[in-house]
Formats: sequence, C-alpha cells, structure tokens
Amino acid sequence: MPNPAHIALFIPCYVDQFYPQVGIASLELLEKLGCQVSYPMAQTCCGQPIANAGYERDTVETGRHFLRTFAGYDYIVAPSGSCVLHVKEHMARIPGMESEQEHMHGRVFELTEFLTDVLKIRQPEGEYPHRVGFHASCHGLRGLRLGTSSERHDAPFNKAKYLLQNIRGLEWVELGRKDECCGFGGTFAVTEEALSIQMGQDRLADHINQDVEIITGGDMSCLMHLEGIAHRSQQPVQFKHLAQILNEAIR
Amino acid sequence: MSHPIKAQEFLSDPAKAKWHDETLWFVRDKRDAITKTIPEWEQLRDLASQIKDNVLANLDSYLIEFEQKAKANNIHVHWAADAEEHNQIVLGILRQHDCNAIVKSKSILTEECHLNPFLEKNGVEVVDTDLGERIVQFLNQPPSHIVLPAIHLKKGEISEIFHEKLQTEKGNEDPTYLTQAARIHLREKFLSAKVAITGVNFGVAETGEFVVCTNEGNADMGVHLANVHIACMGIEKIIPRRQDLSVFLRVLARSATGQPVTNYSSHFRSPAPGKEVHIILVDNGRTDQLAREKFKNSLKCIRCGACMNTCPIYRRSGGYSYSSVVPGPIGSILSPGLDIKKYSSLPFASTLCGSCSDVCPVKINIHEQLYEWRQEITAAQGANAKSISMKIANGIFSTPFAYKFSGEMLRGALKILPEAITYSGLNTWGKQRDLPEVPKESFKDWYKKNRK
Repeated sequence: MPNPAHIALFIPCYVDQFYPQVGIASLELLEKLGCQVSYPMAQTCCGQPIANAGYERDTVETGRHFLRTFAGYDYIVAPSGSCVLHVKEHMARIPGMESEQEHMHGRVFELTEFLTDVLKIRQPEGEYPHRVGFHASCHGLRGLRLGTSSERHDAPFNKAKYLLQNIRGLEWVELGRKDECCGFGGTFAVTEEALSIQMGQDRLADHINQDVEIITGGDMSCLMHLEGIAHRSQQPVQFKHLAQILNEAIR
Repeated sequence: MSHPIKAQEFLSDPAKAKWHDETLWFVRDKRDAITKTIPEWEQLRDLASQIKDNVLANLDSYLIEFEQKAKANNIHVHWAADAEEHNQIVLGILRQHDCNAIVKSKSILTEECHLNPFLEKNGVEVVDTDLGERIVQFLNQPPSHIVLPAIHLKKGEISEIFHEKLQTEKGNEDPTYLTQAARIHLREKFLSAKVAITGVNFGVAETGEFVVCTNEGNADMGVHLANVHIACMGIEKIIPRRQDLSVFLRVLARSATGQPVTNYSSHFRSPAPGKEVHIILVDNGRTDQLAREKFKNSLKCIRCGACMNTCPIYRRSGGYSYSSVVPGPIGSILSPGLDIKKYSSLPFASTLCGSCSDVCPVKINIHEQLYEWRQEITAAQGANAKSISMKIANGIFSTPFAYKFSGEMLRGALKILPEAITYSGLNTWGKQRDLPEVPKESFKDWYKKNRK
C-alpha cells in the first residue's frame, strides 16, 4: 500500500532520550505500512510540561520552533496522545504564524488514530502470543477521543483495541477500571507525589490481578510512571508501547 | 495548608483511603450504569448545558422576572451581595419572629456563607436535619462532600458519635438502629422549630417557584412544621421555565447517586395561610465569576457531586484536602475566583485526566478550566525560581543544539550518578519509583546512523 504522503515523525522528547526503541518501532511500523517517513532532526520538546505547569505564555518560542520544524510535511505523527493534544489545544498562539498553526492542527495525529483514520488500515494480522493489558492514557482517551470513555454514553469504540484485535495469540485483558488515570500527570508526579504513587499502584494492581503479562498504551509517559513503580516493587510485568507490539506482531 | 500535604496525610491511613476510594467508585459505577439506561443521555447533557448557557447570558432579566413572580406569589424576596449580608438577613428574620432555634436542610450555600457559626454566635441553635450533615455537625466538621457530607466516616465512627451524643448502645453499628436513633432525635427538633431554612436546587423564573431536592424528606418536614421558611439561593440557580425541570431533574439524581430521581423533589410556590416564605438571592462572588470569560461556565454547576465521585484525586485525598467549602474538581475551579492565593494549589491537584468534564451533567469543561486557572495563578505569583526555569526551558526547547546538549547531559548524569543520589530525597520522582534505564543512544542518534 504505497502512500505518497510525506510524514514527519514527531518523537516526544522523553521518548527520544529514554525510549529510543519506541521511536524506532513507530518509524519501522509506518514504513512497513508503506509510508514515506522522515524524522525532522531539529525537533526538541513540544512545550507541554511548561504549559501544564501554568506557563503557557512562555511556550511561544518553543511553539514557533515546532511549527517551523514540522512545516512542509503532509502529516505529523507522534506515538503520544498527550503531546499531540498539547500542540493542538494548548500551544500558545504564535504571533505571525497563525495560519501555519491552524494548518498544523488539521494534520497532526497520534499514531493509532493515524493508522485507523488516515491510513484507514484494516485490522492488521500478525502474531503476538501474550496477555496484554491496555492503559488508556487520559489525554488520548478524553482529549483526542481515541476510544469511548466510560463516563459517556456513546457507541463503544477503541482504536487501540481495533488494531490489536486480529492479532493471533494476543489476549486483550478487560480491566476492573478500564480507563482510570494512572496518576502520572506530568509535574503532578512530583508535586503530588503521594497521590501519584497511590494512583499508579492502584492502576498497576488492576493489571496484575488479571494476570497481565505486558502493559501497553499509547503514551510512554504513563507507562514510564507505572514501570517505575512496578520495577521498584519487583513486579514481573513488562511494558511496551503499542507501536512496539504492532511492529513486532506484523511481519 | 496546601493540597499535597493534606493528601499525603489522608493516604497515611492506606486502609481507610482505599475504602474511601472504593466507596465513591461504587457511587460512580452506579451513576455510569443508570446513565447507560437512558439512550438520550448525551443529548440531555447537551440540553442541560445549553439551558444553563442561556441562563448565564440572561441572568439579570431572569432574576428580575423571578423576583416579580415570587412577590406576586406572596413570597418575600431579599437580595444579598455577600455572605455577611446573607447572614444578617437571616438573623433579621429570626429576630422578627423571636426565634432562637432553627432546623436546616442541606444547603451548600449556607456552608459557603458560614451561616451556622454566625447564628450560633448570635444565640441561635442550628440543627442540620440531613443525616450526613447532622453527623458532621456533631463533630463540628464541615461536609467533606456536597452530596454525601459524611462520606469520610465509617459506620463504626458514626456509632461512636451517636453513642456519645444520642446515647445509643456502645458498639452497635447497625445502620437501621443508628438511623432510627437519629430520626427520634431530629423529630424533637423538627417539632419545636418555628423557622426552617432550606437551600434551593432550582428557581423557576416564569413562575417564581423553587424546587428543593432531598432523599430524606427533611426539607419538607422542616418547612411544613415551621411557620417561616427561609430559602437561601445562589443567583445562578435560576432556570427559565418549569418545563426545564424535565431535563434537570432527570440528570441531577442520576449523576449524583445513580438514582433515577431524588426521593423528594419539592416545589414551593407560595406560603400556606398564616405562614411566611422568604427567598434570599445571594451573589457572594458569582457576578465576579460571571465576568471571567474563561471561568463563567463554572456557574452552570447544579451541585450533583459527580465530578467528586469520579475524580481519582478526590477519591484518594478526601474532601478536606481541598480546604474549601466545595471540594473536588468543581471546587478547584470555583474557589480560586474567591481567593486566588489561598486556593493556589487546587488547580494543580489534578492530572487533567478530564473525567470530571465527561461526567458533568451540564458539560462544564472542568479540566480545561483547571488548566486555565494554572495560567492565572502563575501569572499572579509573578517571577520566582519556577517561572525563571520555565523561561530557560523555553529557550532550550527552541534551540535544537541546546536541547541535544541538555538531553545528553541528563542521560549522562543518570548513568554515572550513584543510586544514593539518583534516589535521594532530592529526587521526588525516585522516592517510590525507579527511573527508566538509560539507553546508550537517543532516538536521534540512532536515526542519524540508520536512516541518513
């Protein structure tokens, strides 16, 4: 399925620094699906940590840099719901680049929604014989609407589940609380440390109680937090970004 | 005291904290289940939201209409600019009737105005007749939840309080037994009170009537036995027409407790012969909030408490951790408007998960307002170490070389620092969580080698 569109891979800064394997998996996956993908080398951080800490006004230069770096591509795709939501909704208004900013909003996508909504791929086939628990990150779920949130009365859908459902051997595990927050929350993880840890422990327990082997999700930040807690208490559960599972499963 | 400290205190009793979380999750689950039985649930939320938008856009004229109609129904209408004025009006009515003991059904507005301590200081005995409120009143505590005032107490604790205050058997925790004791105790108070105070859930502009929703029937009991009814109402509680109740009464109880409707939805229109009804319309900061474009939406709140039940923070930190009359997500967007300094930690007591906005029956964009309050609060705080570090970060992120350099420094430092420093108290992340393993190269480095 050759796709003539030119895709810019937007790799969140902490993924770039701590989880290069997630960047690699995202790139390889898109290439496998026939996409022409480039990684703009000048990219840095989208500015989300600054804005969520209450300093959106100090993200103008970061935002301007983002717009310049990602100009000229047909699509911008990131393996992160959170960073995509930020550049769409919370990037400061960039004086003099209003139309570029507006244009960017319509072509930046989180990885799974890019696969299901833009590439419109059919449920991929592949093999991945593991019990998988899915952590629905809040910004992807309630921000980008990558699935139905349990609070709303909408026709149920879940883009991640759609993508994983046809993979042989993969057992999608239903959780006790299917979309409760993990407690990462950016700076919340340190400013409200006690709560953040408690929320993470609770989320983790839900997966472990269902004998989940691998916890996956669309946002490495949530997984980093949960992994940090699991690692400290020596839980044997593994953590993989959805891109890694798809990339490993699809040949 | 700031939210993180109080939250930590609450979590220091893990069994109780877990119970609190699970109890409120049970309520949320009930709410989820019942809303799923209404096919048009999301349309109801849209309608409720739009009606409230209309109310806020025309609040002045609806209030005037309400006042005219209420007066025509022989109701006395009073206007209070703030809590102080509200309390004085109440006291004035009590003095007029030579009354020194009142019964009061649930009203978060009177909590907001601190009416109880004011009246007690002036020699008036105040008895809260909602069971949960009576329990916290025995302890001299405020409600910890706007719908479930004593949700932070387990039945064993209530048994102890009742043993001390109502002479129930020591150690008898049977809810029916305890409730019966409260009924007997409250019955006496109901029978002797000459004045009953209630809150107001909805004031209907076109008819001048108002509606009070309770599960215990305590508002009706108080009002019907007393000679004088004082209803305290925030000015945002107006709805245009009686038929709008067909939307709000359907969403209120379902959102609050997962019930189809409150046991009592009592309509008060005009006084019975020989009796008096007073309505006090209270502003107390609401006009200021209405003038704040980004935050005026918070006035759509119908006080169902669903955002508290769903909030992963509230469930694990309890109502008192917010130190504000209205706790939880909605409180965290209302309170900074009253005192931005005192409540500065509240908008940060959130992961911006958005569950509050999705559960809200009037579709208040609560989590977006939390984000916006953060911007206001840091601006009000002016320059400090944090604001300077944010400016530096902005500089780094807008300069690829500086970003690469600082990223490499960070990864390098994590590799060589001994664990004792990485996981010391200096590093809050690492107190109870490990850091990710440091890879040998960044994605950027890998890409350079493998794709170009």
